[in-house]
Amino acid sequence: MSMSDDLFEFLHSEVINYSIQRNEIKKKESKDDDLSNIEFIGFSTGFKVIERLTKEMPRFKDELDTMKFICTDFWSAIYKKQIDNLRTNHQGVYVLQDNAFRFLIKISNGKQYLEYAPRYVAFTCGVIRGGLANLGINCLVTAEVQNMPSCKFHIQVQRM
Amino acid sequence: MSRASARFDTKKVNSELVTLTYGALVAQMVKDLDSTEDVNKQLERIGYNMGIRIVEDYLAKTGTGRCLDLKDTADKIQSAFRMYLGVQPNVVNWSPGGDEFSFLLDSNPLTDLVELPEDLKNLKYCNIICGVIRGALEMVQLDVQCWIIQDILKGDANTEIRVKFIRKLEDAIPAGEE
Repeated sequence: MSMSDDLFEFLHSEVINYSIQRNEIKKKESKDDDLSNIEFIGFSTGFKVIERLTKEMPRFKDELDTMKFICTDFWSAIYKKQIDNLRTNHQGVYVLQDNAFRFLIKISNGKQYLEYAPRYVAFTCGVIRGGLANLGINCLVTAEVQNMPSCKFHIQVQRM
Repeated sequence: MSRASARFDTKKVNSELVTLTYGALVAQMVKDLDSTEDVNKQLERIGYNMGIRIVEDYLAKTGTGRCLDLKDTADKIQSAFRMYLGVQPNVVNWSPGGDEFSFLLDSNPLTDLVELPEDLKNLKYCNIICGVIRGALEMVQLDVQCWIIQDILKGDANTEIRVKFIRKLEDAIPAGEE
């Protein structure tokens, strides 16, 4: 027996609630939400999850191979589907597009509530960053939502 | 080769995902808040918020009706444990008056991969479950109190969650009507 899938969604929205409320207490006078806490919770989760997922697997060939793993196996394990489109400029920038992102699909189909979309993708940005960090790739992950429930994640690999 | 066929057990991944996300959240709270007591309170509140939403999901999926009595309520919460956490707790220790009972869990998936450090011995790590039960029951007009008696994390053999019935909530009269 195992935990229900929906439980993760309930928990995810409470992570957001908690972080947003903390910001209000701290009285941040900026217009945009401070999503760094949500991102960090995602980061720690991704960092640990990937370790458990990949422990029996052979080493990845290269960066692209790692990204492909994120888009297929990793994504379907967490988000129940694969990434719909992966693009790269072969210089360390990757764009992952999910046309029916799990955390947005129940919120809206179009532009309604678009202003709240960043809250619902911050956790996942952290998960990707954390996962890649544990595989030895340091990067910046940002998300772009133009039309729910579709979402694009931009990964910029930081080279030393 | 093997990688292409390396499909994961998605059920197991999902459980670990919940456990680890919850762990990260608790860790963040411990960092944010000054006292462990505050963390306990926040966890209960988060559980409460989840409970008032989970109960709708539960009722929609099971199609269950109103509870006849507290024994029936206990049975339904037991099945909710199975649905959401994948564990089947025993309902034990009924009080003579029949208004108090305990759920006894021999394993608790929320605490897999978790160890409490010495300085957080007062942390009620699973307080979220108490909140969920209270929130869910409030939505079906039952006011209860819920707390943890035994905790595997603190070295007990089981996790025991106590539920005490306080009162039945009445339908509120809509504003402007007698």
